[in-house]
Amino acid sequence: MKAKRAKIKAKGRIFEGIVLPSEKGKIVLKLSSGYNVGFYDYEIIEEEEIEVSFVEPGYPAKRDSLPEVKVISTGGTIASRVDYSTGAVTSQFSAEEIVSDIPELAEICRIDAELLYNILSENMKPEYWIRLARRVYEAIKDGYDGVIVTHGTDTMHYSASALAFMLRTPVPVVFVGAQRSSDRPSSDAAINMICSAHTSLSDLGEVAVVMHASTSDDFCYIHRGVKVRKNHTSRRDAFQSINYPPLGRVWPDGKIEWTGERIRRGVREPELFDRLEEKVALVKFYPGLSPDILDFFYEKGFRGFVLEGTGLGHVSTDWVETVRRIAEDSLVVMTSQCLWGRVCDRVYDTGRYLLKAGVIEGEDMLPEVALIKTMWLLGNFELEEAKNLVKENLVGEINYRTDFN
Amino acid sequence: MNYADLGLRVGIEIHQQLDTRHKLFCRCPTELRETEDASFEFFRYLRLKRSELGTEDRAAREEVMRSRKFIYKFYDTTCLVEADEEPPTEINREALLIGIQIAKMLNMELVDELHVMRKIVIDGSNTTGFQRTALLAFDGYLEVDGRKIGVATLCIEEEAAKKVEERGGEVVYSLDRLGIPLVEIGTGPDIDSPELAKKVAKKLGMILRSTGKVKRGLGTIRQDVNISIEHGARVEIKGVQDVDILDRIVEYEVIRQVNLLKIRDELRRRNAKVCEEIFDVKEVFANTRSKILKRAKALMAVKLEGFSGLVGMEIQPGRRLGTEFADIAKTFGLGGIFHTDELPAYGISQEEVEELRRAVSAKDGDAVIIASGDERRVRNALLRITERAKFCLVGVPEETRRANEDGTTSYLRPLPGAARMYPETDVPPVRIDEEMRSVDVPELIEDRAKRYVEQFGLAEDLAMIMADPRYSEIFEEFAESVGASIAARVLHIIPSQLRKDGYNVDGLGIEDFRLTLSLIRDGKIAKEGAEEVLKILTEEKLGEEEILSRLSPSQDLDDFIARLIEEKRDLIAERREHAFKPLMGLVMKEFRGKVDGKIIAEKLRNAIKKELEKS
Ligand SMILES: [Zn+2]
Repeated sequence: MKAKRAKIKAKGRIFEGIVLPSEKGKIVLKLSSGYNVGFYDYEIIEEEEIEVSFVEPGYPAKRDSLPEVKVISTGGTIASRVDYSTGAVTSQFSAEEIVSDIPELAEICRIDAELLYNILSENMKPEYWIRLARRVYEAIKDGYDGVIVTHGTDTMHYSASALAFMLRTPVPVVFVGAQRSSDRPSSDAAINMICSAHTSLSDLGEVAVVMHASTSDDFCYIHRGVKVRKNHTSRRDAFQSINYPPLGRVWPDGKIEWTGERIRRGVREPELFDRLEEKVALVKFYPGLSPDILDFFYEKGFRGFVLEGTGLGHVSTDWVETVRRIAEDSLVVMTSQCLWGRVCDRVYDTGRYLLKAGVIEGEDMLPEVALIKTMWLLGNFELEEAKNLVKENLVGEINYRTDFN
Repeated sequence: MNYADLGLRVGIEIHQQLDTRHKLFCRCPTELRETEDASFEFFRYLRLKRSELGTEDRAAREEVMRSRKFIYKFYDTTCLVEADEEPPTEINREALLIGIQIAKMLNMELVDELHVMRKIVIDGSNTTGFQRTALLAFDGYLEVDGRKIGVATLCIEEEAAKKVEERGGEVVYSLDRLGIPLVEIGTGPDIDSPELAKKVAKKLGMILRSTGKVKRGLGTIRQDVNISIEHGARVEIKGVQDVDILDRIVEYEVIRQVNLLKIRDELRRRNAKVCEEIFDVKEVFANTRSKILKRAKALMAVKLEGFSGLVGMEIQPGRRLGTEFADIAKTFGLGGIFHTDELPAYGISQEEVEELRRAVSAKDGDAVIIASGDERRVRNALLRITERAKFCLVGVPEETRRANEDGTTSYLRPLPGAARMYPETDVPPVRIDEEMRSVDVPELIEDRAKRYVEQFGLAEDLAMIMADPRYSEIFEEFAESVGASIAARVLHIIPSQLRKDGYNVDGLGIEDFRLTLSLIRDGKIAKEGAEEVLKILTEEKLGEEEILSRLSPSQDLDDFIARLIEEKRDLIAERREHAFKPLMGLVMKEFRGKVDGKIIAEKLRNAIKKELEKS
């Protein structure tokens, strides 16, 4: 790696250090003490290009007897490297680099790694989900014992849902991320990754999310991909299963305790349904919101609508007429901004009017899951059939009875 | 000792907590707590990739090897930032301004733009695995005994969590202290004698206290000392809390280095060498009477050829070379070591020592070290001890040591390599603008004290105390009206006495002193009454009225005098004005310390006069 060294004069003395990128008009130097300092008033005395060499990490050897796992990265940093001479953090993604970062993995499985995307998770979009689903499907066909998808945490539960609908998998497909980036010694990446590796080899045959269960570096939860949500902006245990218990707990030493009913390894044949209708809107209702918002989307050609209503699943009675109009040739699914609990539009008049107008109750589905399901239904089925399937449990997204969990 | 001939070079690094409203990177108060008050605890591990260590950084490598579980105590005065569960806030401006003040007092130059860095520290004392630190100023000096001592850098950084307990592979930390702002000030290696080291540290402390914005009390200021002599090595001594032993610490470290060099010369003369092998000697002690060895899971030994007698040699008062090895064993969680220079003893018999020597084929001139505990720790500790023993043939190792209370030091860890730092991207850089630069510089305590000596005639040491920002403002408020020596008595002398008598003087605040002094100023109490008032205020926060009513006897002064005149009418008739003296005695007996004697005298004189006029 190339870097620039400079000798400058500022504040009446000479400073030497590596020049860091900065805006015009100032210079930021990394001094030999490690500190960065910025000067606005300075004079460059000398400058030179230098070569900064990374210390090559040692790579643990693969063990032939271990099962094989495919790791597909979509961005975010599960592995990263800090160069203290320049202060630069670079994200890494060869299998060797992951394993040298987290040597414990080499004791668990043989890893093949693939960098599919390098994007921030907020930049995810349906076409990326489709390509991801295809790559995971291929990996399953190639005979990997499990697949791990590393993902930025912000939209991980959307991607996990998308794969859960697009893919019938006989092996675990595990989504994993980190709430503290992996260049920090306190990162949760290593434990999440180790637990994911154990989960990817376990007796599971569905899409799951594996992340810290608490603020401690204790164990991870295995969440069902269509029942999980990021519920905190920054905590390690931001991911929580909603309306269904976590499928299990997994410890870094490999112990797994199953706590929810799960689809087991090998039960399903691999199948891929890789079509999604992108023109589906998720609309959060709030007091006073005009139904014009629905017309706006409708006029742009949207035929799928997921409403995030209040309480049991309501929007203002002002909306009923608009809903009736668009529901004639659209799929309109009601979910609740309460997140916890089931939608029921038969309790109050407004709900009953909405049902009559063509709204379909999204049961105990999370709004984000209902959104993905609607995209998937409209992408793969005729409208009438799609309408029938909304309330049908296809991949674990709906439970017909609610526990006190 | 001739320090100049030895080539002594000393630099001091002071860490001082700042008394800000909030912590450096969150909005929590800078308040210390009792561990029993913890509301919750959690645990973490820290890891550092081997590839990042570089090849030279022994300090970090050892930390990884020791890989422990860190338990953190959380309080209702700590938040997700301390728990490393939320990004930090911007850097605390109040702390920055105090830093700028101090930098100006030390004649330093300020950076134009402050960049917060992450300095890797993986001993668990920071939940993040790094300490946030920023270089604020450089190239200053302070004058001590007419000499200019360079001040190389001033950094603003966050205080680490406090270690509460260490048990086996676990370390318990308390999060209350984590994140309190610190200034770190490093002098150049310009100090060349133990006395000067102490003077420089004292002067720096005085300058810091002059701001009135630093925390006071035990543990709020720590000095690290860097010491080297020619042919010796740079040794960093951490955590000197008592500045009064700083000279002794320097002196003892010089003695240590000189002795280690003597040991080196003797070892070289003997052609000594360290055997690499680690011997399992559990068999030897199968029937031992030593309780420690008996319950040990593993018992191993290393052989130091030609070291006999030197392991037991004293290198600092009360500390031998063997103590240095024991320190290393302790850092691996072991209780310590035994070595043949001190055996037989501790329940280990002569026969066992002989058998031990046979087991490792030790000759007469060899020393044997044994360690016990769980196998992995014992092996790692002995590996490290052989490494250290080998260095005895080279000289003094560069290392970080911990200051003990008696001025000696114990091994802590190898000296860290160049600090492993990278930018704290969660905290934006701060431009140090004109407004920040123009912050006022406070008057130095010593300058103010000089003024007090001249202006009020206070004794020098008392003047230094009154000049402290804790007292100076209130002292100046009352020095004219009640008199400087009375003000000093109320503010310092009486409270010190009360402290000795067991009163909770720490509970006295500025408002309590102001109340006491204004009672004296307004003649509502005598100056002798101050002690009584302060005693009351250490226990109860009462207002002026209540205090006066507590102090006054069952009847007030006027009543008392009237009754007395009535009773002693004969005396007055007989002795006329001369009755004043005995009567004054009687009144004073009742009112001494409660009412100013002058006021009593005046009232009594008037009453006698009236009585005389009546008759
Ligand atoms: Zn806080």
